[in-house]
Amino acid sequence: MALFSNAAVLLGKELRTEYRSRELLTTTVVFILVVVVLFSFTFDPSAGESRRFGPGLLWLSFLFAASLMLQPCFLREQNNDTLSALRLSVRDPFAIFLAKLSANTLFLLLTEVLMLPIFAVLYNVHILAVFPQLVLVLFLGSLGVAIPGTAFSAISAQARMRELMLPLLLLPLLTPVLLASTEATGGLLEEHPGLRVDWLGFLAGFDVVFLTALWLFGEYLLEE
Amino acid sequence: MTAPAFTPTGIRFENIEKRYGSLYALRRVRLEIRAGESVAFAGRNGSGKTTLLRIAARLVRASSGQLDFLTSGGEPADFATQTGFVAHATMVYDELTAEENLLLFAKLQGIADSSARAAALLDEVGLSERRKSLVRTFSRGMRQRVAIARALLNEPSILLLDEPATGLDPEGITWLANTLRRMRDAGRTILMSLHGESEVSALATRAVRLDAGFVAADTQTGANLHSILTFAGA
Repeated sequence: MALFSNAAVLLGKELRTEYRSRELLTTTVVFILVVVVLFSFTFDPSAGESRRFGPGLLWLSFLFAASLMLQPCFLREQNNDTLSALRLSVRDPFAIFLAKLSANTLFLLLTEVLMLPIFAVLYNVHILAVFPQLVLVLFLGSLGVAIPGTAFSAISAQARMRELMLPLLLLPLLTPVLLASTEATGGLLEEHPGLRVDWLGFLAGFDVVFLTALWLFGEYLLEE
Repeated sequence: MTAPAFTPTGIRFENIEKRYGSLYALRRVRLEIRAGESVAFAGRNGSGKTTLLRIAARLVRASSGQLDFLTSGGEPADFATQTGFVAHATMVYDELTAEENLLLFAKLQGIADSSARAAALLDEVGLSERRKSLVRTFSRGMRQRVAIARALLNEPSILLLDEPATGLDPEGITWLANTLRRMRDAGRTILMSLHGESEVSALATRAVRLDAGFVAADTQTGANLHSILTFAGA
């Protein structure tokens, strides 16, 4: 299918350019590291407090980092008007979104997985036993951030005050993702860890609804 | 002589209007451009040249009016018309090599044997030796060559060029004029926006001046080509 082959070609381009510049991954990892370390300085959490507040702090730092990471997603397509070249080349404009949100999810997930051990050490929580379940929560949460984030990145790239526009539009919308991801992560960090299927289902539902909306209306976001 | 890989195509703008809020970029534009014509659009900045070309490329949707592609006989074309668009910006990625850029867009367009097509075009624009170099290391003239190669990937029957000579040195302008002459002589329809007369404008067989979104003069209705291209502010 042209949609998936176009998306795969574009995803390859996104990965190649990021591999060459390493701009997004480096800045996001450093940002999350700074936030997580600063939070750990502000209070000396006991094991119980870490389990209670840690997941929220972790997802807040992921969310802020994502708003940084998503900013250049469409902005850098404007430098040489490459977005027009893409629009002229792909059969289905959704391929552009599909590639970009896949790349964003991948970058976010990679950053989060890199940060988990540091978070575990600083906040004295055990993640090894629940690592696969944790990755599942991170994946669904990251997808929930990346889908609306990619759409709003396309909108804000054409707006004035674009640097402010993306976080202003995105962060309130992501409140349900923050809540569900925090609860699902919290469940896995409890003394008797358990996978919170209700919150995972909520995250999956959020992802499906926003992905469908992007598929239906994404084309209009790319119009001049 | 081998037959061209494209079908000669004309284009008709029927009462095209484009509004951005209350601002009109184009007003009631009616133009019929026959297959194989080379048309230069002149006019001040903001007169609507770029908008008209972007509507022809189907990058911008007209607020009203109709855009038709025409066969060489002047009938509405019932085939998918291929257009090649060269904007003022290069429309290629600085972080990719010249070859990677062409391969990327060739694959997206579903061009069979994209490697051979990319290699042939890089040869045609004289960049074979630098095919592995990142575009960000190129001069403006070299970037423009990559841009033109990208626009030719799909063997377009209509070539749309928005101020293609901007930023080029005299050698680059000569190269561009020679390349466009080959395109024109092969039967491609060329629409280009220009500022003033140059080697490139000399290729035009017709000139149209836009003013505040209106068609203010057209050589087809008796205006003089030289006076349109040298109009103050054009």
